Amino acid sequence: MSARGRGRRSRFAPMLLLAFALVLVGGIYTAVAPNAAQADTQTTGDAAHGEKLFITNCATCHGTGAVGSDLAPSLIGVGAASVHFQVTTGRMPMQASGAQAPAKPPQFDESEALDLAAYVATLGPGPEIPTEDQVDPAQGSPANGMLLFRTNCAMCHNAVGAGGALTEGKYAPSLMESTPTVIYEAMLTGPQSMPGFNDATLTPDEKRDVIAFLMEQRGTQPGGFALGSIGPVSEGIWVFIVGLGSLIGIAVWVGSRSS
Amino acid sequence: MSSHEQQPSTEVARSGTDGRLPERFENPGLAPHRHRLADSDPKVSKRSERQVVVIFLISVLASIAGVVGYFVIPLDEPSILDVRLSTLVIGAGLGLGMLGIGVAAVQWARALMDDAEKVEDRHPMSAGPSVQQQAFEMLRDGGSEANIARRPVLKGAVGGALALAPLAFLVPLIGNLGADWDISKFARTAWRPVRGGDPERYYQGQYRYLAVDPQDRRIKASEITNNNIVHVIPHGLPEEEHYLEEKAKAVVLLVRVDPGLLKESAERADWSYEGIVAYSKICTHVGCPVALYEQQTHHLLCPCHQSTFDITDAAKVVFGPAKRALPQLPIAVDEEGYLYAKADFDEPVGPSYWQRER
Repeated sequence: MSARGRGRRSRFAPMLLLAFALVLVGGIYTAVAPNAAQADTQTTGDAAHGEKLFITNCATCHGTGAVGSDLAPSLIGVGAASVHFQVTTGRMPMQASGAQAPAKPPQFDESEALDLAAYVATLGPGPEIPTEDQVDPAQGSPANGMLLFRTNCAMCHNAVGAGGALTEGKYAPSLMESTPTVIYEAMLTGPQSMPGFNDATLTPDEKRDVIAFLMEQRGTQPGGFALGSIGPVSEGIWVFIVGLGSLIGIAVWVGSRSS
Repeated sequence: MSSHEQQPSTEVARSGTDGRLPERFENPGLAPHRHRLADSDPKVSKRSERQVVVIFLISVLASIAGVVGYFVIPLDEPSILDVRLSTLVIGAGLGLGMLGIGVAAVQWARALMDDAEKVEDRHPMSAGPSVQQQAFEMLRDGGSEANIARRPVLKGAVGGALALAPLAFLVPLIGNLGADWDISKFARTAWRPVRGGDPERYYQGQYRYLAVDPQDRRIKASEITNNNIVHVIPHGLPEEEHYLEEKAKAVVLLVRVDPGLLKESAERADWSYEGIVAYSKICTHVGCPVALYEQQTHHLLCPCHQSTFDITDAAKVVFGPAKRALPQLPIAVDEEGYLYAKADFDEPVGPSYWQRER
């Protein structure tokens, strides 16, 4: 009996091991994944300090006076919003040249980012950092935001903002961890591969609606497991491994002889 | 108890010892039956019985939990959490209740019911000559009694009725496949100029204004900044009949690029306006909305099969399964600076179809 018992345990061991590994990986990811940075309320920076920071950290690629070079574009007229977006999400300074400047832990704190933004804003007029009111999801309409998001954003960023692939290693990042300010700035300035949506295409109120819609996506999912909200890939893997796996397991059990 | 039997066939050729395959394999019969522990040991049998009872009990508890969950979880003013919990409890109760019955029944059969193999021979398929003979005779008698061969009018009437009866079913079925066979519609969109149109929607009553999708606001050329995109519909379309069908053909993507980058052919030189170009958003491959625009490369990407179109070069295909460039919408501005369509697309939008070139 004990020998048979052992043999039976070993048959289910791989399945249990797989389930255990999945739970473990998920748990570690949840524990380790970085949380969204909180935007500071301070909105004006010290342009003189910003210039110093710019010369030491950015001028190598963007050139003195931000006129641009072979490596990087000119920043004259990109505005404070663009700088604030790139610096507070850690996309700039860029770690390595490549198809995409990925988000990473920011190198400058909020006040330094504001100083840099203030300096670049003195070089030429450009989009400004939005106010707290402009990005307050409570004042936006998630329903209208959904209509706008579906038409303008969902094709790259996925129906709920989970992100998606572009060409040659580029991708539209997930918006699940982005702060409302950063989302607003991205719409306004069009960073990297993303086209811009100026205030004529999406008015400030409409941008706030989009933010309100995105914030709605972060709560509890009424449908249960969202599996990353990335559609057929993760759902298909789930069905094949968990669904078909358990059907095969049951079939094997039904067909096996009882001890 | 055991009814398995071994019947080695006597006519089977003995398997050769020279390594070649025999002409026929000997029937090996059934392997000797091994009894389960539960068959000989009453303690094990009792334990298996308890197992089955426990699984049935789990099923009972799950079913009760599902019903209790329905009454206990409040859904009068539900939060999303409540809805989720209610669905989960009812579903889990129903699922475990049924699964438990199934698992217990299988376990019952495996562990407690008689597990001896039994052999049952197949019956011959044929009914036997006498029965066949009788059936043929009945058919022949029926035929001659009906006198069908001597009454040609009756034969024709029966045949006609039988042939026509399915038509009442088939004609509507085929007719409903496409109530509308007017394929020339594919070649026209809501952008085509009209006579005497509403001046709110048509410039000079003729040319359709461009509007932002979905807000339906008219667009000034000066409002579009470099490397911005605008998803566009014909102005006023949401209030019109067959809105979705018309929108599906008329959606356009408006992009502004540096005019120096545009490679425009001579006949299309005046189709753009100061670097603003408008292309159909419907992929020429199978008609997905091509809307993933990479502003650094000016490439427009289709999400379905990765067809890539170069916006600066007449939306020609640079990658993927699409065969034709995206149709371009010729645009211009009125006195106030609002964009309008000077003409319809000069070719049908979307994927190919048989009559496309006619």
